[in-house]
Amino acid sequence: MTNTDFARSQMAMSLAFHIVFAAVGVAMPLLMVLAEWMWLRTKEPEWLLLTKRWAKGTAVFFAVGAVSGTVLSFELGLLFPGFMKVAGPLVGMPFSLEGFAFFTEAIFLGIYLYGWEKVSPRLHLAAGVVVALSGLLSASFVTLVNAWMNAPRGFRLVNGEFLDVDPIAAMRSPFALHEVLHTALASYMAAALAVAGIHAWALHRGGSSTFHTRALQVALAVALPTSLLQPVAGHLAGTVVAHHQPLKLASMEQLETTQAEAPITIGPIKIPYLMSIMAFDDPHATVTGLDAFPKEDRPNAIVRPAFLIMVGLGTLLAGHAFLTLLWWWRKKRLPTHLPSWNWCTMLMGPAGIVAMEAGWVVTEVGRQPWVIYGILRTKDSVTPMPGLVVPFVTFSLVYLVLGIVVILVLRSQVKHSLAKEAS
Amino acid sequence: MSVTFLAFVMLVALVLYVVTAGADFGGGVWDFFARGPRKDAQRKLIERAIAPIWEANHVWLILIVVLLFSAFPKAFALISIGFHVPLTLVLLGIVLRGAAFVFRQYGDGDDATNRRWGRVFAVSSVMTPLFLGMVLGTLSGNTFLHHDGVPHGGFFLPWIANPLSLFVGPLTLTLFAFLAAVYLTVEADSEELKSDFRARALVSLGGVAVWLVLALACYSDRSRLATRLFASWPGVTCAAIAVVSVVGALHSLFVRAFERARGFAVALATFIVLGWGLSQYPYVVVSDSGPVTFFETAAPAATLHWMLVVLGLGAFLLFPSLYFMFRVFKSKS
Repeated sequence: MTNTDFARSQMAMSLAFHIVFAAVGVAMPLLMVLAEWMWLRTKEPEWLLLTKRWAKGTAVFFAVGAVSGTVLSFELGLLFPGFMKVAGPLVGMPFSLEGFAFFTEAIFLGIYLYGWEKVSPRLHLAAGVVVALSGLLSASFVTLVNAWMNAPRGFRLVNGEFLDVDPIAAMRSPFALHEVLHTALASYMAAALAVAGIHAWALHRGGSSTFHTRALQVALAVALPTSLLQPVAGHLAGTVVAHHQPLKLASMEQLETTQAEAPITIGPIKIPYLMSIMAFDDPHATVTGLDAFPKEDRPNAIVRPAFLIMVGLGTLLAGHAFLTLLWWWRKKRLPTHLPSWNWCTMLMGPAGIVAMEAGWVVTEVGRQPWVIYGILRTKDSVTPMPGLVVPFVTFSLVYLVLGIVVILVLRSQVKHSLAKEAS
Repeated sequence: MSVTFLAFVMLVALVLYVVTAGADFGGGVWDFFARGPRKDAQRKLIERAIAPIWEANHVWLILIVVLLFSAFPKAFALISIGFHVPLTLVLLGIVLRGAAFVFRQYGDGDDATNRRWGRVFAVSSVMTPLFLGMVLGTLSGNTFLHHDGVPHGGFFLPWIANPLSLFVGPLTLTLFAFLAAVYLTVEADSEELKSDFRARALVSLGGVAVWLVLALACYSDRSRLATRLFASWPGVTCAAIAVVSVVGALHSLFVRAFERARGFAVALATFIVLGWGLSQYPYVVVSDSGPVTFFETAAPAATLHWMLVVLGLGAFLLFPSLYFMFRVFKSKS
């Protein structure tokens, strides 16, 4: 592996780690606010207990997310100074906006977590609403940076110089809308499904039926609609990618040769015309294949399996969402008494997170070998610092340990709650 | 104009980072040195003091980094290359400190596990200020020379074998510890705990004074960038206020006027950082062609213009929120 490979691996690993915590930071405040709102409305103690238990888990995730996010903001320069030197003026706007949104999030989360006895109940709920909104905003702003990396706008490139820099135009990249939408939905989906999975497990282990059913109601009220909407947002993403990054689309679909009336092929199954329809709304449209690009410009082959995992799990999640919503609507209750449904919901927990990670692999590995698509190659932006294997291994180990500990902490919190319910 | 203003905003953000997050790191230092019959009570007090606010305080650092790479991208690139090693250590410290703190707080772990996390929290709280200070010290020295994009002297020697770095690193650490100790004298709810932290404040104030004098001796002697500290009225003013603050803090601690001592402590930290920053200006880093100014590394005018707009809007939201947070958690009820 070259120095560039280690730099890329460290960045990929840091992002893959951070994204889970970021998603939890976006979604959990919404779940907590919903539960607390129910508490204020009904005054049933289960809702308050639920809010507080969720808050306890969120505190851990938020702290790890905040520090791993800090690592990322430094790593951009530590690993790819050549990138930040030219990109800084163009993505400074969304990053600064994100900075303020995150500031607001951190301030009001502190008030939310530690201010139960210090502010009035309505102010406390309002603080939660501010956290939920600023969390969504901060994730959206930071996604705009990625949209710019995939479809850079707002400058003229003349002899390697970035002229006529326009930071506002840079924020309006053609990738902005679908990336923000897809990422926001993924965050709500992944985190809320994980929460639902935990409570389904608690029910399965004989936890309090009313308590965990309520938890499931709130978590699924967020997870199910977003699971249904996500394929639509994904399709929107696909059409934009088809127009602006045909190579990424060809890698996702493993389309070897350029062809009209392109089919979608998954293993032995071949559906004629479908890719042309999906990408260009026209069964006869020509879809560019891998052969149109020189070998050294093609991204790593992992894009294909990552894409299949994302789409496959996304389809499963949408199916689970559809059936559950149907049941909920017809029978006016969740099918919590069906062990098979409980098992499915448990399995959907990790599935949301895996789908989200796979989606990031598709976007990010699919952008390679460019760091700024079509403008700057990743290898030309990497730091001259030798021995990048050392920080890569160090951070990998640290994040591995932290990841394990977070899971253990969460597990002990859940077991603690179950033990309390039993007694 | 906008270049100067943005550089000044970064300096103000650094001051705010030092007097807020600095004290949170200092709390970790005193967790490390918790001693005597009340050592558990000391740790509890520290935890209670920083738990609700440390994440918000930490965001000042993110804001500084974002401002640096948005408004002064070339400077950010030079600093990121030259200080790869110490900045990586700063980051490791930040990650381990934050994670260990919440694991200890929320982990439902047994005493042995919590003690181990406490250890990690304490050690990483020492590590981060030390390396951060070394970076800041080296920035205002003249040994940090890039050559063809690579630091002259490699990735280690420039920031290690450098007296400024060796004095400013410990200065930062003792200053953070001093701030924490003084704040804790105010926040402690028993006279015994107040006395514990009063003693710690006095010891660390002595440390601050010693490291400050050593660092200043290097400044006037070795640094091209910072000779103006004593040659310009803002520099002299900062130095004078810092000296007055040391005396004032010392006296207030002796007579147990802790809230006044806190005021002097904040003033001391503020004017050390301001003095450093003002004497640094307009230079941001030393490169192979000599000192590089903020102006030479600035982003295009359109970016700077929009940064000012964002900062204006952001400040409008941020300061009332911060005020509210500190009123909720730090006012005497």
